[in-house]
Amino acid sequence: MRRLIILAITLLLALLPALNLAGLGVSDFVITVVGKWLCYAILALSIDLAWGYAGILSLGHGAFFALGGYAMGMHLMRLIGPRGVYGHPVLPDFMVFLGYQELPWFWWGFQSFPFAMLMALLIPGALAFLVGYLAFRSRITGVYLSILTQALTYALMLAFFRNDMGLGGNNGFTDFKELLGIALNTPLARALLFWSSLAALGGCLWLGTSIARSKLGRVLVGVRDAEARLRFLGYDTLQHKLFVFVLSAMMAGIAGALYVPQVGIINPSEFSPGNSLEAVVWVAFGGRGTLLGAVLGAFTVNGLKTWLTSVAPDLWLFVLGAVFVAVTLLLPRGLIGLLEKRR
Amino acid sequence: MIARLLAVLLFCALAASARAQTSFEELVPRLGGGFGPAAEAAQALGTQGDPRALPILRALSEGRLLRNAEGRVILDGRDAATGEAIAAEGATRINLNNRLRVVLRGAIGRLALSSPNAAERRAAADAVFRTRSAENVPLLEDALSREAIPEIRALMELALGASRLLVDDVTVQRAGIIVLSGAGTAEARSLLLEARAAKPELAVDIDAGIATIDRRLAIRRGFETAFQGISLGSVLLLAALGLAITFGVMGVINMAHGEMVMIGAYTTFMVQEALRHTAWAAWSLPLSVPAAFLVTAAVGVVLERFLIRHLYGRPLETLLLTFGIGMMLQQGVRLIFGAQNREVLSPAWMQGTLMLPGGLPVTQNRLWIILFGLAVLALTMAAIRFTRFGLEMRAVVQNRRIAATMGIRTGWVDAMTFAFGSGLAGLAGVALSQIDNVSPNLGTGYIIDSFMVVVFGGVGSLVGTLVGALTLGIVNKLLEPYAGAVLAKVAVLVGIMLFIQRRPKGLFALKGRAAE
Amino acid sequence: MTLPTITRRAALAGMAGSMALPAIHSASAQGAPIKVGVLHSLTGTMAISETALRDTVLMMVEKQNAAGGIMGRRLEAVVVDPASNWPLFAEKARELLAVHKVDVTFGCWTSVSRKSVLPVFEELNGLLFYPVQYEGEEESRNIFYTGAAPNQQAIPAVEYLMGADGGEAKRIVLLGTDYVYPRTTNRILRGFLNSKGITDADIMEEYTPFGHSDWQGIVTRVKAFAAQGKKTAIVSTINGDANVPFYRELGNQGIKAEDIPCVAFSVGEEELAGIDTKPLVGHLAAWNYFMSVDAPANREFISDWHTFIRNPRRVTNDPMEATLVGFKMWAQAVAQARSTGVDAVRTAMIGQKVAAPCGFTLEMLPNHHLTKPVMIGEIQENGQFNIVWRTPAPVPAENWSRYIPENANRRR
Repeated sequence: MRRLIILAITLLLALLPALNLAGLGVSDFVITVVGKWLCYAILALSIDLAWGYAGILSLGHGAFFALGGYAMGMHLMRLIGPRGVYGHPVLPDFMVFLGYQELPWFWWGFQSFPFAMLMALLIPGALAFLVGYLAFRSRITGVYLSILTQALTYALMLAFFRNDMGLGGNNGFTDFKELLGIALNTPLARALLFWSSLAALGGCLWLGTSIARSKLGRVLVGVRDAEARLRFLGYDTLQHKLFVFVLSAMMAGIAGALYVPQVGIINPSEFSPGNSLEAVVWVAFGGRGTLLGAVLGAFTVNGLKTWLTSVAPDLWLFVLGAVFVAVTLLLPRGLIGLLEKRR
Repeated sequence: MIARLLAVLLFCALAASARAQTSFEELVPRLGGGFGPAAEAAQALGTQGDPRALPILRALSEGRLLRNAEGRVILDGRDAATGEAIAAEGATRINLNNRLRVVLRGAIGRLALSSPNAAERRAAADAVFRTRSAENVPLLEDALSREAIPEIRALMELALGASRLLVDDVTVQRAGIIVLSGAGTAEARSLLLEARAAKPELAVDIDAGIATIDRRLAIRRGFETAFQGISLGSVLLLAALGLAITFGVMGVINMAHGEMVMIGAYTTFMVQEALRHTAWAAWSLPLSVPAAFLVTAAVGVVLERFLIRHLYGRPLETLLLTFGIGMMLQQGVRLIFGAQNREVLSPAWMQGTLMLPGGLPVTQNRLWIILFGLAVLALTMAAIRFTRFGLEMRAVVQNRRIAATMGIRTGWVDAMTFAFGSGLAGLAGVALSQIDNVSPNLGTGYIIDSFMVVVFGGVGSLVGTLVGALTLGIVNKLLEPYAGAVLAKVAVLVGIMLFIQRRPKGLFALKGRAAE
Repeated sequence: MTLPTITRRAALAGMAGSMALPAIHSASAQGAPIKVGVLHSLTGTMAISETALRDTVLMMVEKQNAAGGIMGRRLEAVVVDPASNWPLFAEKARELLAVHKVDVTFGCWTSVSRKSVLPVFEELNGLLFYPVQYEGEEESRNIFYTGAAPNQQAIPAVEYLMGADGGEAKRIVLLGTDYVYPRTTNRILRGFLNSKGITDADIMEEYTPFGHSDWQGIVTRVKAFAAQGKKTAIVSTINGDANVPFYRELGNQGIKAEDIPCVAFSVGEEELAGIDTKPLVGHLAAWNYFMSVDAPANREFISDWHTFIRNPRRVTNDPMEATLVGFKMWAQAVAQARSTGVDAVRTAMIGQKVAAPCGFTLEMLPNHHLTKPVMIGEIQENGQFNIVWRTPAPVPAENWSRYIPENANRRR
């Protein structure tokens, strides 16, 4: 039954861009917005994998998301080539008017799509490995880890805001032209990106579910509920935690990479701690430790936000805040808990 | 542009040649004749030394001088030049610009050097120092011969030294150099450099003087860095103290902590507005201290009793809950007070710079905040150590069940503890209203720093919070000149992350036997 | 789905139950309403600056409706909240254009928000009026820029500092928030200063993050920089929130305008409303409009504003005036073109003239920028500016600066 519903929803979603391409009542706005939510859903899923199963609450997952986005953004910037305002063959516009003479070394290779995609996975993964290894080895857990990851994304935000980083500073990257030879402002590009996001979400969901059902998944739940006991039983919890944390960061990186061409901008405010916190709220809202709940939460909260910022521009923060309060107090298992209780 | 410059130059030349002949009565109306002529007239009035000019120039510098349609200059209902009564109707205020202000400061200084009022003489000596000219030398020598107060004498000597630098006589100039070198201030250094460019033959004397000054300045810079570091540390301390209670003692991750700080700042604003037109206006800031504590503590009690208490033992859920509360509080304040900044005035005793012995400058508002931070810390420690409430709080934290069996109302203690922590955040808001924007976003900028301080110092340890805050403040200020403000902050954050990795329990870890 | 004319008061009333106020109907207004999109942040960090612009647009819509709308059609404002979130700006822009089908949009404050929505407006052929001074180096056929380009603000201000009335500064401190507008402006200024014989040794340039609140160290370094025997001045491109602590520190460290004057490009009446200005008297700001301008159009603007916002203490500022000018020009262009179609309005916009509150008649140039007068104001004790210098006539905007050498190779 449950599987059928998921399948139906997925098919329905997959149909949206087709309807849009055929001009059958689905506007471009719907495609871009739902496409964005799909990326958010992947981010929520990645957080739930680490938090819901291994008890690692990262308040800095937005950093992995943003790093993935930056990798994609750098690729898109390189693709602009001489079509920039200043017509420079190599340098992006912001470098030209800030007086750069040559491309900084860390931009090398990003003109290649496979390389950029690899980086969108590897950079978040490597950072997660470094942070995770240092933290888990010293047995930093619970709220300490949360605060540490929050500081991490905050520090990255400050660093990326600097124009001297060579990554566009506050303005970040915008005005992308094309990806894989397809102009980004066409319905076809939007449809393809939408389908890619949907496929990525499906893939991550499948991967997450398989992990949750495997022996690894059960060990992770053990880590979450009684890490010390598991350690006494001889499990190397460090390895398990590290694995799931790095995997989760890479998922967030994919989400970011898919997000950037759809919204058309990446800038350091994606690193802001508030963004990461919000993503955690999606998970809590939908239901922690269920994966599907995370997806559901991301869709509901963002749908609510899109709607409220138009309907009640002055009051939406109230409504959203109240919803968070109500959910944590009244629905400890989130929306999905509510749905399952009904049944 | 060039034509206008030439016209100005020509005018200056004419004015200079005419200065000797122009009478007081002719000069005064020119004060209302535009920035250029006004500056010339003020200069001439200052040089002539007519005591009648002093109140007029003062009025001009304070924006009280009017000018009517006929071009007559009016002060307090009288024609300033002739003294006859005149209607002020239709008269407009004479505006100033910076060039005029500089001239006025010098002219007023010259005229006020012989004032019977010591405060006026002190201001005058400083003004003459800043607008030195060779013509001031006899005037200053005369004033010095009559001055008895040592502090003012020192200022006058400094001004004399500066003016002597401009006299075309090498021996007089050398005397000036010696005085300025002894002063050891950045301004003196600047004057010496100026003279060095004009007089290459004095280069040796001046270089020696500058070397002396540089040694003094190096000491001063060290002191300033330390002070600024402690000051930043005290701000962090205040911001983190409330969190050290709610998070450190109770284990509640209060993401609405920043909003409590913000509410404290708005309470300060409300108290100021309520007292604005009363006799208590001067006391609004001190009175805000208890008011902010009570208001934020009340908000804290409400939150704890109605919301947070349901989530004890689930720290991550409280995090989400308080995040939602924070959003609502922020938007609530934005709707009530508007998104714009609110102006919280600083009382006079919190403005300006205090000079410590040895020429070490201390900004007053920062000094008060340091003292306030330390006082709040001391009171907090005393409250926990010596009061019944503190005893009960510690008992509940150590063993809730046994405390309950001993008759302690643990629920009440929880509420009071959370209120206490929130109240401390409110106190931080009072302090921050003096150095930062009072806007709905005020708290957001401090929340992460506060958490870092608490975790770095050691959760549950107030001494740790103090040491943590001061360390972070000073390290930040030490790095800032080399790395810039942003990188310094990033470096500090990375440093803390690495430190926590080495010592997960922070600087001052509570010792316990619990296996983690 | 839309909320016409929401003011703060209306929002508070909304809390009490009624969410929307009915738009003001005029007897003569018939036919489908003309939709005016408002894309300003009402929450988040930029709310502090942008809410006043939202209110300005709503005021203008109300006024236009009271006068019978345009071509007998009523105007209807569509307000959305992009929440200081740049990707959300792009999303909301698309929503305004594709879902609400607005005829024109007034919005954005920061450069990054404009850069975020620019591709959307170009793709869907929308019309955006951008009312804030910015770094230039941009020209889109779908955007009209009613704020100043660098040559209409930064360069005249520095010329003033170097002139006799400004104190003949020989050393310049360039302080800014680390983002594109200050970086570009300072690059242009450095080129300009070098051309005037001020070498790099006499220029100090420093950047701080957004919302920087601890200015002790920087102000101390400025003092040390000023103690090198030459008259020094500060050119500040510090953004919004960071200004209050910056000016407080200037005042407390005793930096007086007579000694080291500071001219700011982002400090207006609204920012000063949060500061005690007594220690700051004499410090300067360069804008194209001040509330203290004595002109009939300005008196009308201020009285309209006070009536609309129902608070006689609220101030007006430069971006609000730029919003007003843009709105009036758009209304004239629509009336002239007899159409709200974007292409027709775009053509009709060029050459539109408006007697603006700044006391001059401004004209829309073919480069989508305005002619603007430049004014230097001194901060006064009451938080207003006293205008000490102004250009005799409006200056045409140069959005591609001649002090950026790369502009020579620009694609046209």
